[in-house]
Amino acid sequence: MNIFDPAIFPILTADGLTNGAVYALLSLALVLVFAVTRVIFVPQGEFVMFGTLTLASLQLGRVPGTLTLLLVLLAISTVLNVVEALRRGDGRSAGISGVSGVALGAGLWALTTTLAAAKAPLLVQVLLTLLLVVPLGPLLYRVVFQPLRNASVLVLLIASVALHLVLVGLGLVFFGPEGSRTPAFAEGNTVLGGVTLSNQSLLVIMVSALLMVGLYYFFDRTLTGKALRATAVNRMGARLVGIRPTAAGSLAFTVAALIGALSGLLIGPSIAVSYDTGFLIGLKGFVGAIIGGLVSYPVAALGALLVGLIESYASFSLSQWKEVIVFTLILPVLLWRSLSSKHHDEEDE
Amino acid sequence: MTPRLILALVAALIALVLPAVLPVFQVTLLTNVAIAALTVVGLVLLTGVAGLTSFGQAAFMGVGAYTTALLTTAYGWNPWLTLPAGMIVTAGVAALLGLATLRMQGHYLPLATIAWGISLYYVFGNSPALGGFTGLRGIPPVSIFGLDLTDPRRFAYLALVFLALGIMAAQFLLSSRVGRAMRALRSGTVVAEAFGANTFSLRVQVFVLSAVFASAAGWLYAHQQRFVNPTPFGLNVGIEYLFMAVLGGAGYVWGGVAGAILITALREVLQNVLPTLLGTGGNYEVIVLGIIIILVLQFARRGLWPLAERWVPAGTPRLLARAITFPHRPDPVPGSFILNVQNAVKQFGGLRAVSEVSFDVKAGEIVGLIGPNGAGKSTMFNLITGVNPATRGSVTLLGRDATRLPARTIHRLGVARTFQHVRLFPELSLLENTMMGGYARGKAGMIASLLHLERREEAALQGAALAQLERVGLRDRAFDQAGNLALGQQRLLEIARALTADPAFLLLDEPAAGLRYGEKGELSALLRRLRDEGVTVLIVEHDMDLVMNLVDRLVVMNGGQELAQGNPQQVRDNPAVREAYLGVDIEEGAA
Amino acid sequence: MTSTSPLLPAPLLKVDDLHVSYGRVEAVQGVSLSVGAGQIVSVIGANGAGKSTLMGAIIGALPSRGRVEYAGRPLAHTPLESRVAAGMTLVPERRELFSSMTVEDNLRLGAYTRRREGAGDLGGVFTRFPRLEERRKQLAGTLSGGEQQMLAIGRALMARPKLLLLDEPSLGLAPLIVREILRIVAELRDTGVTVLLVEQNARAALAISDFGYVLEGGQVRLSGPAADLAHDPAVVASYLGAAK
Repeated sequence: MNIFDPAIFPILTADGLTNGAVYALLSLALVLVFAVTRVIFVPQGEFVMFGTLTLASLQLGRVPGTLTLLLVLLAISTVLNVVEALRRGDGRSAGISGVSGVALGAGLWALTTTLAAAKAPLLVQVLLTLLLVVPLGPLLYRVVFQPLRNASVLVLLIASVALHLVLVGLGLVFFGPEGSRTPAFAEGNTVLGGVTLSNQSLLVIMVSALLMVGLYYFFDRTLTGKALRATAVNRMGARLVGIRPTAAGSLAFTVAALIGALSGLLIGPSIAVSYDTGFLIGLKGFVGAIIGGLVSYPVAALGALLVGLIESYASFSLSQWKEVIVFTLILPVLLWRSLSSKHHDEEDE
Repeated sequence: MTPRLILALVAALIALVLPAVLPVFQVTLLTNVAIAALTVVGLVLLTGVAGLTSFGQAAFMGVGAYTTALLTTAYGWNPWLTLPAGMIVTAGVAALLGLATLRMQGHYLPLATIAWGISLYYVFGNSPALGGFTGLRGIPPVSIFGLDLTDPRRFAYLALVFLALGIMAAQFLLSSRVGRAMRALRSGTVVAEAFGANTFSLRVQVFVLSAVFASAAGWLYAHQQRFVNPTPFGLNVGIEYLFMAVLGGAGYVWGGVAGAILITALREVLQNVLPTLLGTGGNYEVIVLGIIIILVLQFARRGLWPLAERWVPAGTPRLLARAITFPHRPDPVPGSFILNVQNAVKQFGGLRAVSEVSFDVKAGEIVGLIGPNGAGKSTMFNLITGVNPATRGSVTLLGRDATRLPARTIHRLGVARTFQHVRLFPELSLLENTMMGGYARGKAGMIASLLHLERREEAALQGAALAQLERVGLRDRAFDQAGNLALGQQRLLEIARALTADPAFLLLDEPAAGLRYGEKGELSALLRRLRDEGVTVLIVEHDMDLVMNLVDRLVVMNGGQELAQGNPQQVRDNPAVREAYLGVDIEEGAA
Repeated sequence: MTSTSPLLPAPLLKVDDLHVSYGRVEAVQGVSLSVGAGQIVSVIGANGAGKSTLMGAIIGALPSRGRVEYAGRPLAHTPLESRVAAGMTLVPERRELFSSMTVEDNLRLGAYTRRREGAGDLGGVFTRFPRLEERRKQLAGTLSGGEQQMLAIGRALMARPKLLLLDEPSLGLAPLIVREILRIVAELRDTGVTVLLVEQNARAALAISDFGYVLEGGQVRLSGPAADLAHDPAVVASYLGAAK
C-alpha cells in the first residue's frame, strides 16, 4: 500500500502529530534548561518514564519507587543546605532547612503510602504522580548540577549523561523490565473531516497545545517567567537586578520535570512505557531542540513536530529503519547549521 | 632514567607476565581491559587534550569490527588487510561527522555522536548482510607467521602489543609540534590560530585519530570473540568509554589506561556483589558507576590520575641534539612599510568601534597605540591580527593586503603577538609554551608526529625556543611549569613565545597590565633591548610612563577615531589628547 | 594608608583595606574609602587603575579581602543578589542589559527585588528619561549607546536603591550625552540617592561630586573635596604620565 493512500496518510499524520506534540513539549523543556543553566539535559526523557510508571504503580496499589528516590534526594539536598548555611554562620536558616526537609519528607511519605494503599481515584493518582515526579527536577539540580554550576558545558553534559544512566538503572530497579500502560483519560473516537481519531490522541494534542500556550503566557507575561528569560540572556545582568542564578536554575528544572511528567501521563495510555523508553523519547525532543539550535523555542517545537511526522511515515514504510532515519536526520541539520551560522567560538572575552 | 620511565617499564613487565600466569577467565578480562584502554587512549587525545568529546567511540569500534567481520567471512580477506581497511572506513565516517559539527560550539559534536551511536546500532541490527541482531559468526583468528592466535593467552599478548603501540604513539604525538597545538585547542582557538594553526582542520584530524584508535580496538574485539553483534557497540558502551577517561583522568594517557582498568574491575566486582547485597533484578552497577562519575566531576574534575601522579616525580626532560636550525626570516628593508592601515572601519551592529583610522609602522620603529577606555584600540588590534577583520578600509602587512586574511595566515606573513589577558598553558613547561610560538616554522604533520619522525625539526624548535627564553631572561626556568611564574614573568614568556616565530613585526597587547613596579622595570628594559636590536613593534599600552619613554611615535585613538599622531612630547602637549583623557568640564560645555 | 573621609554625613558605604586579585594579579591593593549618605563621590583614574574591579568587589560580583560595610552592616557573607535587595545597585561598565528583551521588560525586571511591593516606579523612570518611554516596546539591543546607558541607569533606579554604583557611565558616549547623563545623576542626589561614581572622565565627574578619590595602580593616590582635585596637577600626571 502507498504511504499517500488516503486511507492511511491522515492516520499516519495524526499519529505523527500526537507523538510530535509530546516531543515538542520536551524540546521546549530542553531549550529552557540549556538557556538558563547551560545543562544539556539528556535525562529529560527519564521524567517521562517516571511519570508513566509512577502512575502505573499507583494503579496497582503499590508505593512507587519514585518515593524512595525523592526521599533520598531530599535528604541529600537538606544536608547540603544545612552544611552551607552553617558555613555561612547562619544557624537560623540551617535550622529552617533541616526541619522543613524532614517535615516535607515525612509528609510525602505518609501521603504516598496512604493514597497508594487506598487505590485513590485516577485524578488523585495523577496529582500524586506529579507531586512525586516534579520535585525531582529541582532536587536533581540541587544535588547534581548546582555544585557544578561553574563547570564547562562539556562537563555538565557528561554529568547529565551519567545522571541519565543512574535514572534508567533506578527505573529498572523500581519498576522492573516490563512495559506498562496507564488507563486512557478519554475513551472512544471522533470523526474529523472523514478521518477517525481516538479521543486520547485529540486529548494529547489539545493538552500539549494548552501547555504551550501556558508556557508562552508564563514567559511573556509574568515577572518570574521574564526573570528566567533574563537569566538566559544575560546572567550577570540578572544577578544585578537581584535574580539568583541558582533559583532560576531550580525553577527551570521544575518546569522541565513538570513537562516531562505531564508528557509521561499523556503518552502512558498509547505506548507501553518501560524503564528505557524515556531516553529515546527524550532524544527525539533533542533532535527538535538541536534544529532550533538549542536557543529558539518555536523552531525547536516545529522541529520536534517534524520529527514526530517523519517517524510516523517511516514507521509505515520502513519500520525497522525508523530510529536510524530520525537520528541520522540530525546530521544534515547540524551540517546546515554549521554552514549557515556564523562561526563562533567559546572564547572568554 | 626518570621515575616515570621506570614505572612504565615495570607496568610493561607485569603486563608481559600476567597472561602467562593468570587463570584463563582473568586473561580474557585483561584482553578486554587492553581493548577498552586502546579506545580510551584515543578518547583522551580527543577529550582531555583537545577539549572535545564523543559518546560514539563504541560505534567507531563497531565500524572496525564489522568491517573485518564482513570482509573476512564473506570475502575471505586476510585479517591483516582488514585492519587498515577498517581504519580507513572509520576515518571516513569520522571525518564526515567532524566536518559537519566541528565548526560549531563544542557541545554539538558529543550530541551528534549520541545520535550517530544510536543510528549505527540500529543499522547493524537491521542489516541482513551484517547478520541483524544475531550478528556475524565464524570470523577467522588472526595469525602471525602461520601461528593462529586462538588461545586467549596468546591473543592477550596481541592486545597488549596494540595497547603499548597506542600508548607510545599517543605520547609521541603529545610531545610534538602538532600535540602542543592540540593542547592549545582546549582553551579555545585564538592562541593556536595566532601562531599559524588551522584549528578546524586540527580538530577534525584529532577526532579522526581517536576514531582510528577505536577502530583498531574493534578489530581486536572481533578477532578475540570471533563473532560480532550490535550490543557491544551501542551508545551505553560508548558512554562507558568516556566514563573510563573521566574517572582515570581525561587529560592523561595513563589516566585513560587506569580508567579502563578501574571500571572493568569495578564492573566485575559490582556484578558479583551487588545483586547478592541488594536482591535480584537490577542493573545496579550502572547506577553505582553513574554516581561515581558525578562525584568525580564534582570533587576531582581532572580524574584520579593526577592524584596518583603526584607520588611519581617527573624527571628533568632531556633536550634533543640539534642537527639543523631554522633559517632566519630576511630582515625587512629599514624604513619600508611594515604596517599600513588605510581608512579602517569596524562596525558591530549599530556601533562603529573603529571609524576611518589610518596609520602606519615602518621597519625598525616602535609605535604606541594609546587612547582612553573604549577608544577602539583592542578592536584595531584585532583588525590587524586577523581575529576580527575590518568592515571597510584596508590593512597592508609587509607589502601584502591582509584585510581579509585569517589570523593564521597573517601570522605566517611574519606577524607575532602577545595577549592582553595572558594566554599561556599553565600545566606545560616554559619551553613547551615557547615552542608553541614556532609552530608555523615546522612542517611535520600528525602522522610524522605519531611516529616521532619529526625529531630533527623538534630539536631545531627547541633550540629556537631556548634562544628566546635566554633573550627574555627565563632560560634557567625552561623546565618549570608556566603556571608557577609570577605575572610579570608570564608576560615575558609570552614575548619569548612570540619571538620564537622569528617575526618581522611584533604586536604587544597591554604587556604591562597588572604588573608590579619592579616587573614593569624588567619589561621596559626588555622592550628597550628589543628596540635597540631593531625589532619592529606596535604596542598598545595604558601605562603612560612606560609608553612615553619607549616609543618613537604614538597614535592616539578616541571614540573609534584617530585623535592625534606624533612623538611622545607632541602628544603629551596636545590639548585634544588631554581632553580625551581627562574629559571636559561640563560647565564649560566644550562640544 | 588612611583616607581623609568626609566627616559630615554618616557613611552609607565604608570600604576598608580592600584587596581584589585575579589569579596572580592584584588589581585592587588595599583601598579604603567612604561614601556619606546623600553624597556623590567619584573614583577617578586612568585605564587599568582598578576602578571597575573595585566596583565589582563592592557589589559582591568579585571575591575580595578586606571590609565592606553598608549602612553599618558588614557584607562579607552577603551575596550580590542580597546586596541588591538591601538597596545597593550597580550600573556596570558593560551595562549588562537584556538585549533581546524590550525596554519595558528590562525596566520591570529592575524592580525584581521589589516585586512584592507592586510594579515599581516605571512612571518615575520615564519622567526622568522620556526617551525610554518612546522606545518602551523596542528591544534593548537596538538602542543607541546613550539610550542603552539611560536604560541601564533606569533599570537600576527601578530597584529604588539607596546607594547607586555607577561604573563609567560616559564610556563611548558623545560629550552632549555625557552631559545629559551626568546632569541626571546630579539630580538623583536631590532625591536622596547616594552615588558612588567611577569615571575616567575626571573633570566631568568631579564637577558633580562632593568628594573624590584618585586611583592609580590599584591604590588610592589622592583624595579630597572634588573642587580641590579638579585642578590638581597631580591628577593630570596620573593620567598622562610624567616625563623622565
